[in-house]
Amino acid sequence: MLLAAPWPCLHAQAPGNSVLNIAPATRLTIQRGGAADFTLKAELQPGFHVNSNMPGDDYLIPIRLTWNKDPLEAGQVSYPKPQMEKLSFSPNPISVYTGTFEIATHFKAPASAMPGMAFMNGKLRYQACNNKECLPPRTVDVRVTLDIQ
Amino acid sequence: MSKTVSVIGVGLALACALLWTGCSDFGPAKPAAKVEKKAPDQTAAQFVLKDAVGQPMPEFKLKDADGQTVHPADYKGKVMLLDFWATWCGPCKIEIPWFMDFERQFKDQGFAVVGVSMDEDGWTAIKPYVRDMKMNYRILLGNDAVSTAYGGLDSLPTTLLIDRQGKIASVHVGVSMGKEEFKNAIVQLLNAPRANAAVASGRALALLARPGAR
Repeated sequence: MLLAAPWPCLHAQAPGNSVLNIAPATRLTIQRGGAADFTLKAELQPGFHVNSNMPGDDYLIPIRLTWNKDPLEAGQVSYPKPQMEKLSFSPNPISVYTGTFEIATHFKAPASAMPGMAFMNGKLRYQACNNKECLPPRTVDVRVTLDIQ
Repeated sequence: MSKTVSVIGVGLALACALLWTGCSDFGPAKPAAKVEKKAPDQTAAQFVLKDAVGQPMPEFKLKDADGQTVHPADYKGKVMLLDFWATWCGPCKIEIPWFMDFERQFKDQGFAVVGVSMDEDGWTAIKPYVRDMKMNYRILLGNDAVSTAYGGLDSLPTTLLIDRQGKIASVHVGVSMGKEEFKNAIVQLLNAPRANAAVASGRALALLARPGAR
């Protein structure tokens, strides 16, 4: 009964003075030998941005979602279309995310995967700024609760 | 009977274990994040940047690009602009050309700009940036110890003006003021009587600023 409880499961939330919050998400159900998509939903405090996965400046730190190698196989990670923002410190617009945005991952479950409850662990690395200041880069743990059937 | 009790006990234990696991992963808004930046220790708690005006600048021992160890004492008797920055920090890029101008303009009057880079990738990241920006002042490689000593450095840029006595005259978190205001604060410190520079820089005492939407 406990295993079937439809509670939302938290994936990650940066502590302390973080300006980025990761929204809770429902459990990911996946068939052995099958595939499923997971969407990580993030929200930034107003006024702040994070660099996109391709910020267009070698010195800027791109946002990056990476996953462990098991129990699922992580396929392509799809980042949303960035906004091109002209900020006071850059002569050219830079590629950023603001407000709420979603990063999707396509997972495959090996046919040999153990059925039952499991976790898929990953890391989200990002670096946030506003027009006046930047916060240090952060890497937060991301955990997806799996129901492998 | 005792067998039944044992089965119930094992069941309860399993249920508790599942609940515990469930709570740790399902609970609302429970932070599950690991952060690279170390939590400030007691030393950091003792040094609060916003209350630091008038205090002696904290000690550090950092290397410059040539591998030379640098201490605050190396700048004894000088007015110093100490800038904590990083190559990935866009707003820091606004101030760097200003600081280069100040270095050019005032270095012969007993003034020095010192940039402490907080880049995790070290000189590999810093050296090309310094070259690209044509930075003309001394750059040091920061570390966790200096971050702790200066109260955690939660935001970059963080810039301190240091008087000739080695005391903190003003603290600026983020790009909190313009080039002319910085320049005026530096000139005030350079012109201040040597024994009383921090007090003479009355403006500097009011310059603590923290911009942003945090």
